Amino acid sequence: MGLFDRFKAALSKTREKVVSSFKSILPFGRKIDEQILTELEETMLRDDMGPATTARLIEDVRGAWKAGKISETQEIVPFLKQTIVQYWPADLRELKFVEGGPTVILVAGINGSGKTTSVAKLAKWLVGQKKKVILAACDTFRAAAVEQLSIWAGRCGVEIVKHAQGADPGAVAYDACEAAISRKADVLLVDTAGRLHTQDHLMRELNKIERVVGKRMPGAPHEVLLVLDATIGQNAINQAKHFGQHVKVTGIILAKLDGSAKGGIVVGIRDQLNVPVKFVGVGEQIDDIEPFDPGTFVEALFAE
Amino acid sequence: MFDSLSERLSGVFSKIRGRGRITESNIDEVMRDIRTALLEADVHIDVVKKFVADCQAKALGAEVIKSLSPDQVMVKIVFDELVQMMGPVDSRIPFVSDPPTIILMAGLQGSGKTTTCGKLAKYCMDRGKKPLLVAADLKRPAAIDQLEVLAQQLGIPSYAERDHQNAVKVCRNGVLEAKKKLLDLVILDTAGRLAIDEELMGEVANVAGAVSPHQIYLVLDAMTGQDAVNTAKRFNDRLELDGVILTKFDSDTRGGAALSVKSVTGKLIKFIGVGEKLDRLEEFHPDRIASRILGMGDIVSLVEHAQKQVDVDEAKKLEAKMAKGTLNLEDFIGQMEKLTAGRSLKDMLKMIPGVGGMMKDTEMEVDEGEIPRMKAIVQSMTKKERARPDLIDGSRRRRIAKGSGVEAEDVSGLVKQFLQARDMMKRMASMSMMDRMRFGSQFAQMSMAGGKMPQFKGSTRPKYAPSKKDRRKDRKRKSR
Repeated sequence: MGLFDRFKAALSKTREKVVSSFKSILPFGRKIDEQILTELEETMLRDDMGPATTARLIEDVRGAWKAGKISETQEIVPFLKQTIVQYWPADLRELKFVEGGPTVILVAGINGSGKTTSVAKLAKWLVGQKKKVILAACDTFRAAAVEQLSIWAGRCGVEIVKHAQGADPGAVAYDACEAAISRKADVLLVDTAGRLHTQDHLMRELNKIERVVGKRMPGAPHEVLLVLDATIGQNAINQAKHFGQHVKVTGIILAKLDGSAKGGIVVGIRDQLNVPVKFVGVGEQIDDIEPFDPGTFVEALFAE
Repeated sequence: MFDSLSERLSGVFSKIRGRGRITESNIDEVMRDIRTALLEADVHIDVVKKFVADCQAKALGAEVIKSLSPDQVMVKIVFDELVQMMGPVDSRIPFVSDPPTIILMAGLQGSGKTTTCGKLAKYCMDRGKKPLLVAADLKRPAAIDQLEVLAQQLGIPSYAERDHQNAVKVCRNGVLEAKKKLLDLVILDTAGRLAIDEELMGEVANVAGAVSPHQIYLVLDAMTGQDAVNTAKRFNDRLELDGVILTKFDSDTRGGAALSVKSVTGKLIKFIGVGEKLDRLEEFHPDRIASRILGMGDIVSLVEHAQKQVDVDEAKKLEAKMAKGTLNLEDFIGQMEKLTAGRSLKDMLKMIPGVGGMMKDTEMEVDEGEIPRMKAIVQSMTKKERARPDLIDGSRRRRIAKGSGVEAEDVSGLVKQFLQARDMMKRMASMSMMDRMRFGSQFAQMSMAGGKMPQFKGSTRPKYAPSKKDRRKDRKRKSR
């Protein structure tokens, strides 16, 4: 299955939702009026695009309509598509790998966002890219998190560095760095404990992990990926902001997109934050992860 | 938790403050802002529409026009609407007379089901129940381990079968096990699912059919967006829910889910999870949540917590002292210690009207070591100094600082803070509730603006101690 098809399948629910509601309010050949714009606004809000982003998009549509660029309802969806894609400047959405030496990828996020599963999927994806991967089980807080990651490590056939539950995650990270260097791994994937972005002491702990890794390997971590649950609403933006204050977030993994009835939060995140979405979790299977491509995403979102 | 919404709404209300009355034109503007605030809080759009319409209708009614201060009336209307929308509540768990009571927990992946099972078990244990945790989440790797660890931490039994994938069988056997061991409560932890996963939805429905649980609770992440309502609806269609438990309420979520779920599905919100530890499950109080939303603080929870820590006679004595302004440093430290027992200073501060919002604004960090430090300072004082802090001059200050291992300016900072607090308490003792609230937030804003809130790291400490002359002036002013 091609990339486009997979996106389409994963987003089928989103797409049906968006398109069917857009279609129902945008019958063919009707002239655009304020009533239509109000309905459009409500639909977009329902899709979790958020009031700020929605207001901006509606203003764009209204502007184009007043300027005579569009006049009939069927022109709205292509216009929105084009506008939304423009919101995503050509950020570097690819993972950065360092020459000769392990690339360290730190994965963080709030409780239940799907971190550990995303780490496993990412490991599998990297193995598919012919990389030698080592996992670091730095979630030493949640009961059985280490076991969960060990099971995944076994399923993807990668090595894992772990301590007992309750150990200092910084120490695990340090040992993992040692292991990654001595075993000549290409990528070290660091799974961390879920933490709410409002808990300062836990955010500082995350910062400590970042520092420990950086001490052992200057320049590391090379990527800090924040896992966001796609079903989460406007709080996703807060989360990204807070995490960004404590660690240098370089990208977002949008998890559970398949479970979300709306994909709108992606547009909201892109509109309000300057962090690229790098990967999208699109299913429950271990290879259900895709590099994010805004063009494909928007295309799939509005595909008929 | 609701700081952002409180901020917004207080901004909204400050717009009508000072205007003579609520008219059709200014209410439109206010309602538009309330709508945006609620949408940003992830309240479902249909609920928002209804809420705004209801408030508007009420605000334009006769009761408002008679009023002299429209913002107060608006606050009350919105508050009442919020409470009504989230209520009524009943956090009791109906235990059956023929044990065991069976509770089934369902929810989406990552909503916090397993942890909540542990919390609920703890809650019931505190009420004299003997729970059994049954690990029926056979889907997520290590979910069984997690539940077993939780059971161990609580010192209660758990039940699991690792050799097959039949959740119905596990649950059935779990119930038998509870009967055999004479346990009176069974909590079933089912697999997390994506709402669209028909297979797993079917599985949980089968479990419910097979063991006929007495209560079925949906565990829902308080941060969920517009989808929260759909999730609740879908589960309700399949399972006939008895209540909802909202998790991760200790984040800065604006908690729109709490507002939406009740009003759309009619299901009661039973509990909220407010922390990672197993004892952080609280009963849901819509009035308290509503007052947090409106930035009125959560005084009731604060008082309840204080009541648990302070005995009544002592409290009465203190109250009298506060009202007279004769509180001494020893009482002050004793109170601070008791009040914060088991909670962080930050949690406590957040509940005070007006403070929660500001803490968010300034990203203020609270130094949790402050109270022990204050205690050390006070303990380095003589009895006389504790009773009359105004006696402390340069020489005494140096001695106290040496004794407690702090800088001299920390000592004067504490004294000054104490005098301020004492003064404030005295003034508040004679106020009505509304005035207190207003005073509280004014005081907080004032202290923020002046950068004086010496217990916060990062704010500037007073650079010099008040001179004797200043203090004399101060006292004079107070005695007037």
